[in-house]
Formats: sequence, C-alpha cells, structure tokens
Amino acid sequence: MYTEKVMDHFTNPRNVGEIENADGVGQVGNAKCGDIMKIYLKVENDIIEDVKFKTFGCGSAIASSSIATEMIKGKSIKDAIKVTNKAVVEALEGLPPQKIHCSVLAEQAIKSALYDYAQKHNIQLEGLEDFDPNEDHHHDEEAE
Amino acid sequence: MNKRVYLDYSATTPVKKEVLDAMYPYFDEKFGNASSIYSYGREAKQAIDLGRQNVARLIGAQADEIYFTAGGSEADNWAIKGIAYANKEKGNHIITTKIEHHAVLHVCEYLEKNGFEVTYLDVDEDGLIDLEDLKKAITDQTILISIMFANNEIGTIQPIEEIGKIAKENKIYFHTDAVQALGNVEIDVKKLNIDLMSVSAHKIYGPKGIGALYIKKGVKIHSFIHGGAQEKRRRAGTENTSGIIGFGKACELALENMDNHIEKLIKLREKLINGIIEKIDYVRINGHREKRLPGNANIVFEFIEGESLLLSLDLVGIAGSSGSACTSGSLDPSHVLMAIGLPHEIAHGSLRLTIGDFTTEEDIDYVLEQLPKIVERLRQMSPLYENVKGGQK
Repeated sequence: MYTEKVMDHFTNPRNVGEIENADGVGQVGNAKCGDIMKIYLKVENDIIEDVKFKTFGCGSAIASSSIATEMIKGKSIKDAIKVTNKAVVEALEGLPPQKIHCSVLAEQAIKSALYDYAQKHNIQLEGLEDFDPNEDHHHDEEAE
Repeated sequence: MNKRVYLDYSATTPVKKEVLDAMYPYFDEKFGNASSIYSYGREAKQAIDLGRQNVARLIGAQADEIYFTAGGSEADNWAIKGIAYANKEKGNHIITTKIEHHAVLHVCEYLEKNGFEVTYLDVDEDGLIDLEDLKKAITDQTILISIMFANNEIGTIQPIEEIGKIAKENKIYFHTDAVQALGNVEIDVKKLNIDLMSVSAHKIYGPKGIGALYIKKGVKIHSFIHGGAQEKRRRAGTENTSGIIGFGKACELALENMDNHIEKLIKLREKLINGIIEKIDYVRINGHREKRLPGNANIVFEFIEGESLLLSLDLVGIAGSSGSACTSGSLDPSHVLMAIGLPHEIAHGSLRLTIGDFTTEEDIDYVLEQLPKIVERLRQMSPLYENVKGGQK
C-alpha cells in the first residue's frame, strides 16, 4: 500500500528530534484525529540551517514529516514557504488517497513553524499573509 | 523471509491439515451436485449431512437446525433481516449493542431506514452490557435481541445465558453472533436459550467462504436466498460441499481439542499480556480481564498510533491488527474502543494480538523482545511523549 520511498522514510526517518531554543516551532493536527506534527527550525540569515520533527501518527504521517524536513533543510525561507503538499506527495512517489491529508499536515507544519519564526522576529513573510496557525487544516483533502 | 509470527487469529486462521485432507476429494473425485439423484450426487449429499452433524454437535444443536451460508456476515444479515421482516406484525423493535460487528450494526441501521426501531445498548469499560439496561429496553414491540457472544476486538464474553433467559421470559427471539466464540468457548444453544446463532469456518481452522446460521426449530424467519430447494428452501444455491465438509471437520477438531486449546491459549495470552505490562510503561489492557476469549490480547500503548505500530511490527515479521482510524480507512477509531470509553487519542494506539493453535512460547518471546523496542522508537518520535519522559506525568 505504501511506496518504497514512504517505507524508507518511515523506517529511517530523517531529522527526528527537537531543537533547543528553536527559532520557530510549529505544531499542527490533533491527537483526537490520530496525527500531530511538530517542526522545529533553526534559521540563520534567512536560511533554514537546521530542522527537526516529532510526529504522532501513522506511517505516512511520519514519512511526510521526514521528507518535508529534508525538502526545506538548507533552503531559504522563501523556498520553504513554497513547499506544497503536492510536492511532498511527489517526493514520496505517491500516497494512498486516504493518506493525502498527511502531506497537507506536513505543508501546514512547515508554514506553522515559519509563522512562529516570523512572529518571534516581528517580520512579515511573503506567502504567509493569510496563514492562520489555529485553523484546523486537518483532513482538508481538497487542498491537494 | 526472516522470522514470521502470525498473531491475528481473530482475523482468520490457517486451514488445518486434517481439514484440507477432508476437503480434497470434494473438488475432483466427489464433485457431484448434492441435488442429483445418482451416486455422484449422493456422495456430496452424504458429505453435507456429515458436515451438518459436526457443526451441530459443537454447539449442542440438532443437525436440521444448521443452515449453511457463505460466512458469518451472511448469517448475521439473514438472522436479523429474516426475523425482522417475518415478525413485523408483532413489532418493529430490535435490541442490540454498540459493540457488535458491522455485519450486525449496519443491518440494524438499514432496518432503521425501513421502519424498524433499534436500541443500541451501552457497554461498561470492560465491554460488558448491563442486564438491567437490557430489561429496561424491552418493549411490547421488541421482536429480536441480537447480542454478540464474544467481541472480535477486545475479546469480552457477554453473559449469554442470562440474556437468553431474559429473551425467553419475554418471548423475544435471541440471536447471537458467535463467530469469535465458536471453538473458543463451550456453547450449548439449548442450555443458553439461543434461537439463532451465526458461526464461521475460517476462524476455527476451516476454509473461508463457509459459515452457518443455527435456527432453532419453530423460529419464524424469512428465507434468505430464493431459487432452489437447498437448505430447506431457506438458502438456495448449490451447496459448497468441500467447504461444508471442511467446516464440519474443523468443528470436530475444535470439539475434541476444546479443553487443551483453551488452556494453551490462555497460558500464552497471559504470558504475552504480563510480559507487555512488565516491559512497557503507559499501557492498558482492553476488555474484561477474565471474561475474555482465550487468545485475545488487546493493548493500548499511549502516545503512539496503531498503524505505525503495525507497520513496524510487520517489518520484523509480526502480524497483528489495530483499532486505529488509519487502519480502517475512516477518521474515527474503532467503535468498540469508543464504546468502552477510551478517548480518541488513546484508542488510536491500540494493538490486537490474537493467539491460536500454532502459536508457540517462542513466538511470544519474540514479540516481547521486539515490541518494547518498537514502542520506544515510536514514542521517541512522538510529540505527545515529550512531556512524559521527565516524569511530569
């Protein structure tokens, strides 16, 4: 049911953990629905120097978080904001239809962490003007 | 393939060698249609009679009270719809529980759309119904009580004898889905006052695609499949001869081995449950601790999600199942775990391991060696576990 890529990221997830004194932290999803993603960012000169994640969820939630961290590590904030759930699905070489929401969560987790970074540093980030960190993006399957 | 351990006997069981041997001749050598009068037909007819006797013997019924179906779900559908429509002049009310198999629940929901009323009884935290609730739910319109013998997820065994007594006193038909209980609990339909009972072969080392509905003599029920004289015109269609003989053989073996089987399974189950409790923190055992199926262990591991647990177990060759939403394709965790009062976030982390006749002590040792590592790895990844590690919980 899962691609090799998903299984690879599930069995060997990249960037698991926490960052102390992170520059931005984002958490999305809720335990009630069965998945929570938390992303920690370390940002220097608008570049994401380091990123870690913690996820409570199914195999595809863990794989989506893992690959999402890989996709933004070393990238500029500007590029990180542009990561879509579709890009996450493509990077994983596909997700089953009922698991697309996991990729949505991954996109939202990145945005949420960047939003937190922007708030802390009192800056506006292009592409996050309409972002609402408290909105329940969960299972928003039309977002693809 | 590396080591594999199958612990999902409640999902299905392997067919035993003796069962397969009994079935083989009915595919080629004795392939006749039981409705034919020549020798080929008579051979098949004899096999069906024998199968029927064997199934009847395991549950204390008479052979002519056993009606073969394509499985447990069909038997449930037949029992409930057949009773509802045949007795609708008497009343339109059905009583069942919130933890039934979907083959019962979805039929009840269907009937609700067609003029019937259904009461879904609550269960307590162990999964047991309250007999007083049952008595109170009965009205002069009640025509059927359908309560499962033992639950497929948490293994809890209901007070069937008491339910049968209440049904009898109130002259209401009593159906029980005994798919999980068959072969794992002693069943005597007469002593337990059961009017209808669903059973299935593939849960007791028989083949898939064959089950039966026990219908007590005199019960007023509609036919399920029209179009032939098979099963006394109540369930038409050429009989699944090999399946029936196989089901019969599986029942015969189950009856012979019942005591040993139960004793062995309980021993392994307790070893598994106690080992898990000893080695892993933040676990809870679902279902009644004693009134449960001998082979059923249902455990919740807090802070992790069931599907990732199953995937991880599969990677080391262990096969189990979960009540997590992610394994069911829906967004809610299992209705059974909800009904026993588990919060959503906890129900997502459930694991069902079910033990059977081919499970060994070594299998359990292997699980007890692998499971703690897997749970710990997933917890290390879980944001829910962060606050717990420092002993803050």
